[in-house]
Amino acid sequence: MAERQDKRLLEVSNLRKYFPIKKGFFRKTVGNVKAVDDVSFYVNEGETLGLVGESGCGKTTTGRCVLRAIEPTEGDIRFRDQRDGWVNIRELDMTELNRVRQQMQIIFQDPYSSLNPRMTLLELVGEPLVINQGMRGRALEERVAELLRSVGLRPEYLRRYPHAFSGGQRQRIGVARALALNPRFIVCDEPVSALDVSVQAQILNLLRELQGSFGLTYLFVAHDLSVVRHLADRVAVMYVGKLVEMAGTDEIYPHPLHPYTEALMSAVPRPDPRATKQRIVLEGEVADPANPPSGCYFHPRCRYAQEVCRVETPVLRELSPEHFVSCHRAEELSLTGVL
Amino acid sequence: MAADRVLLEVKGLKTFFPLDEGTVRAVDGADFTIERGKTLAVVGESGCGKSVTAQSILRIVPPPGRIIEGELLYHRYSNDEESFAMADVIDLATLNPKGPEIRAIRGNEIAMVFQEPMTSLSPVHTMGNQIMETIMLHQKVSKAEARERAIEMLDRVGMPRPSVTVDAYPFELSGGMRQRGMIAMALSCRPSLLIADEPTTALDVTTAAQILDLMRQLQEEMGMAIHYITHDLGVVAEIADKAVVMYLGKVVEQADVDTLYYNPLHPYTQALLRSIPRITEDRRQWLEAIKGMVPDPYNLPSGCPFHPRCLRVGPDCSHIDPPWIEAEPGHWVRCCQYDDGQCNTGRQA
Repeated sequence: MAERQDKRLLEVSNLRKYFPIKKGFFRKTVGNVKAVDDVSFYVNEGETLGLVGESGCGKTTTGRCVLRAIEPTEGDIRFRDQRDGWVNIRELDMTELNRVRQQMQIIFQDPYSSLNPRMTLLELVGEPLVINQGMRGRALEERVAELLRSVGLRPEYLRRYPHAFSGGQRQRIGVARALALNPRFIVCDEPVSALDVSVQAQILNLLRELQGSFGLTYLFVAHDLSVVRHLADRVAVMYVGKLVEMAGTDEIYPHPLHPYTEALMSAVPRPDPRATKQRIVLEGEVADPANPPSGCYFHPRCRYAQEVCRVETPVLRELSPEHFVSCHRAEELSLTGVL
Repeated sequence: MAADRVLLEVKGLKTFFPLDEGTVRAVDGADFTIERGKTLAVVGESGCGKSVTAQSILRIVPPPGRIIEGELLYHRYSNDEESFAMADVIDLATLNPKGPEIRAIRGNEIAMVFQEPMTSLSPVHTMGNQIMETIMLHQKVSKAEARERAIEMLDRVGMPRPSVTVDAYPFELSGGMRQRGMIAMALSCRPSLLIADEPTTALDVTTAAQILDLMRQLQEEMGMAIHYITHDLGVVAEIADKAVVMYLGKVVEQADVDTLYYNPLHPYTQALLRSIPRITEDRRQWLEAIKGMVPDPYNLPSGCPFHPRCLRVGPDCSHIDPPWIEAEPGHWVRCCQYDDGQCNTGRQA
């Protein structure tokens, strides 16, 4: 266990985020949307953990809670700080948090709404440097130019505004901004889903290249399983606020252990007209996180569901080394993955 | 292709938007044919003109856009299923976009499903009322009959408890259910052509899979042709019989799906197929990205619009407009490389 811990950069345990539902004149809390419900995972230094799931499953909320951009309701987020060693992000005061957070950054999904249209590239990319390091003048310009070069933009663009750039270039600006403070850990929140197909590949290649040259660790939040297979070392699958499976990429794609993972993979349209189409089409809809079903949240849509699934909530357990699953029947089922 | 299979022929379509900043040539040479009962997919990146092409067919191009050139030949068949006797051919491009002829076709013989079910449905009318409106506009039926038909359609698209959901407002339904409602509305008059503009893009993978299956099943039952617009090459492989690739307003390649994926001819199609991450491929490979980006619509490159990004660009590509040629039977491509004798290109490269 100690050896395992050495490799780790981030450990999240029992993370919960409930959004209260308020009703009536007195805004009384009548229930909770359990956006993230008892999620535990870890990320090793230098690797990419892909966090996948459908919309509303809590993957983005998890990503933001890790940075405390959203205040979690419960749980521990332990991060290995460069100076102090392991710190619990949830217990830090504002000064400490700001210091630690320089090592943790985020790249947003939509490059159109995440850049202030009234700021030049110098201001946008330089802002973290001005705020955290008080950098200014020539030094600032040089550093920003260097950052722009590292993401494949020309330093001459320094004084331009975001509107002059295409979606792919804007996403590069977002990446440069995240890199400004030499972070070790970056939450990539669907960084390519708003981009065109031909540009997606460029950004994915850029993220991999930067990971190599700066030794970055990514928490890669995405819904596209093909993209995740290309980038991630390990994959965690979420369904209605819960983590249902987590394993290495080479393990989970060919050998999924959770029926939801299996269905999710089989639903991805393959760009190959000759591929055999034996798709598992899930019945019904994603459960409502404000009013989840009893037992296993997936049981109403699961084709392997039994009585126990209706009654008992499964817990995440390590079935084989580094392969975690929360399914009552994981041992007995033999599921189909993608090769 | 037998002539009696053709439903819609698009020939040399050009739809331009004259704006203050310059003319946007949204569709600048689109050629393809849609066969009866078959699915044609139109693939391309944003801004390639795939949606404007569909809007041109229905004559709902938003102003100031207009069709400058080209023919949209819609073949109308008589109802006699046995003989396939052709009644007439109408050029949709010449109709008055507000006239009675196109209004009799739009929503009736050619119907459309839009990408965003929330923004394209009326938030203040119930699902049922919106479907009934279409039915009563095109068919002489009473309100009660129309309601009956609406419920029947909702049932066919797999809406749970159709007699209840018929009175639901769109906001009460989930994204997938709204899209089912949209499809029910589009199919309520039994169109011969259904235009689907990215109907699954806004949906989750598992819901998208449901909708794709539904569209395939309805096509089998009702026999309509589908003109499917998407940017997702995976969806094309699953649903289409034939596919068309568009780049910057031009159709650059047309072929049946198998040929397009296994023997693509246009350098753009080839590059696109190489650049997509595939779920079946092992991780940690570099993707072959297409260099550069889609050019600014006001400032298009001369000659072949793809030449600045093309790996096999030749000396003539920057000034010769590539012709639309049938390189193999049924396989059309717009690239100088396949045109014998006309241009001097990087064929050897």
